[in-house]
Amino acid sequence: MSDYTITEQHSQQSFTCHQDQFVLKAMESHGLRSIAVGCRGGGCGVCRVKVISGSYECGRMSKAQVSTEQQQQGYALACRLKPTSDLLIECSPSPLAINGITGVTKAKQKHTEVIK
Amino acid sequence: MRKGVLRPGHIQLRVLDLEASIEHYVELLGLHETDRDEQGRVYLKAWSEVDKFSLVLREADEPGMDFMAFKVVDDSTLDSLTADIEAFGLEVTHKEAGDLKDCGRRVQFTAPSGHVFELYAEKAYTGKWGVEETNPEAWPRALRGMKAVRFDHCLLYGDELAKTYDLFVDVLGFYLAEQVLDPDGNRIAQFLTLSMKAHDIAFIQHEEKAKFHHASFYLETWEDILRAADLISMTNTSLDIGPTRHGITHGKTIYFFDPSGNRNEVFAGGDYMYPDHNPITWKAEDLGKAIFYHDRVLNERFLTVLT
Repeated sequence: MSDYTITEQHSQQSFTCHQDQFVLKAMESHGLRSIAVGCRGGGCGVCRVKVISGSYECGRMSKAQVSTEQQQQGYALACRLKPTSDLLIECSPSPLAINGITGVTKAKQKHTEVIK
Repeated sequence: MRKGVLRPGHIQLRVLDLEASIEHYVELLGLHETDRDEQGRVYLKAWSEVDKFSLVLREADEPGMDFMAFKVVDDSTLDSLTADIEAFGLEVTHKEAGDLKDCGRRVQFTAPSGHVFELYAEKAYTGKWGVEETNPEAWPRALRGMKAVRFDHCLLYGDELAKTYDLFVDVLGFYLAEQVLDPDGNRIAQFLTLSMKAHDIAFIQHEEKAKFHHASFYLETWEDILRAADLISMTNTSLDIGPTRHGITHGKTIYFFDPSGNRNEVFAGGDYMYPDHNPITWKAEDLGKAIFYHDRVLNERFLTVLT
């Protein structure tokens, strides 16, 4: 089985991902937090990344978070992304996911601690 | 005031992979598949429910909730509520009997929060799964996974909470069980009920309309919640948070995700309400404790991970 090196551009963190492993799961298993973790099921869009270089395969992802066109441009959800080479990726959460700032969040930010 | 809306009836969820979802809801939650239709939709129910289905799964390109339905007492009430919803200013769509298999005609409308709801009066009464109506045993012996007792409620994220409150309270006859108020007195969360349950539907203020937070299924005890946590680990299911207790409702809970990222909850216990009870108020500045009573801090995922 091949192991590949995944590098996230913003954090400059690298980790190893097995050929048959999803990138987000590999990151979590190394105790890293360079990509935000959401549903882990291809639905919520918070772990969206853009693949800058490298080859990969994708499982089914929500078209609301990664459209067919965006997928062709190299966007993917890290929880559905399997490498077939070393990858350079960049976090790019779906606008839908990051617009998900609630009235609750606004009230909370004034008053309570947030675990990032 | 009661308007003839009885209880939550069903929810239709979109999933990316139908077979993986069926395995999740049947083998892990312990629901029972009761039918499929020509559109490929799959119908499921929890064992203690008397009608044919409470969960419908539909394969689609994006996960989330298509609609949530409430059962009303009879057909004439369905007519009068339809008129009341139209008078409130919403458009209604009529779905013919049989559009959902073995379900009577349904009336659909979009709440100000952006979510689609529907009302219906008739659905095939198949009785509780695995137990008789006369001299019933305590529970069926062939239950799987978490042995979910019933589909219980949904939490939905959207805007226009005040107008949504008016629709649910003034038109549909829910009452307010619990609320979260911000320092300016705005209601940013509302937990509404038709019954003695702490919530039959809940809404949290969110800038984007029509987002789905979770569908919740009832378990009997805290021990059952811990056992559910064991099963989540045994199956490597994506965990959100728990086991823990909520401040709001005081229910014991664990959150996890289905294979398409739709959030599920199983919960046990919780407060009871009667219509003469004053609503319970939580302050937004204490929201950590209100949502997660033990940790007393919110995790970002609870507020932002939605389908």
